[in-house]
Amino acid sequence: MNTAEPAVVAAFYLFSAVTLAGAAGVVFGRNMFHAALFLVASFFGLAGIYVLLQADFLAAVQVLIYAGAVAILVVFAIMLTRQVERGNEWNQLRVPGLLLGLLLLMGLLVVFSQTQWAAGTGPYPADTVAVLARQLFGPWVLPFEVASVLLLAALVGAIIIAREE
Amino acid sequence: MAVTLTHYLVLSATLFTLGLYGALSKRNAVTILMCLELMFNAVNIAFVALTRTAAPQLLTGQVFALFVITVAAAEVAVGLAIVLAIYRQRRTIDATEIDLLKW
Repeated sequence: MNTAEPAVVAAFYLFSAVTLAGAAGVVFGRNMFHAALFLVASFFGLAGIYVLLQADFLAAVQVLIYAGAVAILVVFAIMLTRQVERGNEWNQLRVPGLLLGLLLLMGLLVVFSQTQWAAGTGPYPADTVAVLARQLFGPWVLPFEVASVLLLAALVGAIIIAREE
Repeated sequence: MAVTLTHYLVLSATLFTLGLYGALSKRNAVTILMCLELMFNAVNIAFVALTRTAAPQLLTGQVFALFVITVAAAEVAVGLAIVLAIYRQRRTIDATEIDLLKW
């Protein structure tokens, strides 16, 4: 985990900057369509962070599902609701929300800097996909099946809610 | 200057806070959904970074992150369908004007 290689450090800061800049673009941007593009940039930056954490399968899933499917859904919703130009306004919680966010951030930073996290034993597996598969279809097989039912229900529900009468 | 677990957790906290701020203070329902996605992603970073040190043999955090991604996909599909249905009925997706359920 404690990687001091200059390349890794540089990549971490680069991907973090892309991720946070994308997120800031979503929150502070005016144009809805640009916000969606910033969201995609943020998702790609996160995929890079997963690669740095040696979670290769999750990085692929991140690109496929978030940067692919979710981004397209969001762009569709923005186009169909036609509020691209005026669409990204603030409500009355602009200042209280900022204060609450800063408060939460400070609390989280204090907790993260003071906690002694448990350290596991054993080396990190060279092939994460095999370990993940054994986990998903072993101890987590029931949640896995429930998740598939949830996806089916969400799909049917989305079609029923969104279709024209 | 090494990249430690704390670096990833700070990134996660910052991203979560940005998402929370946007979800609280934006009018457009689609933007609120986008900010919710940012918050899900922030949690996923924390899961993956913590499993890297705490359970490297089991990868429990990565399994959880996969479930979070699944649930987030279901959430965004249903959420955007609801936004479209509301837009069709009321010609607005301003979350401050959608107050049918407000007492």
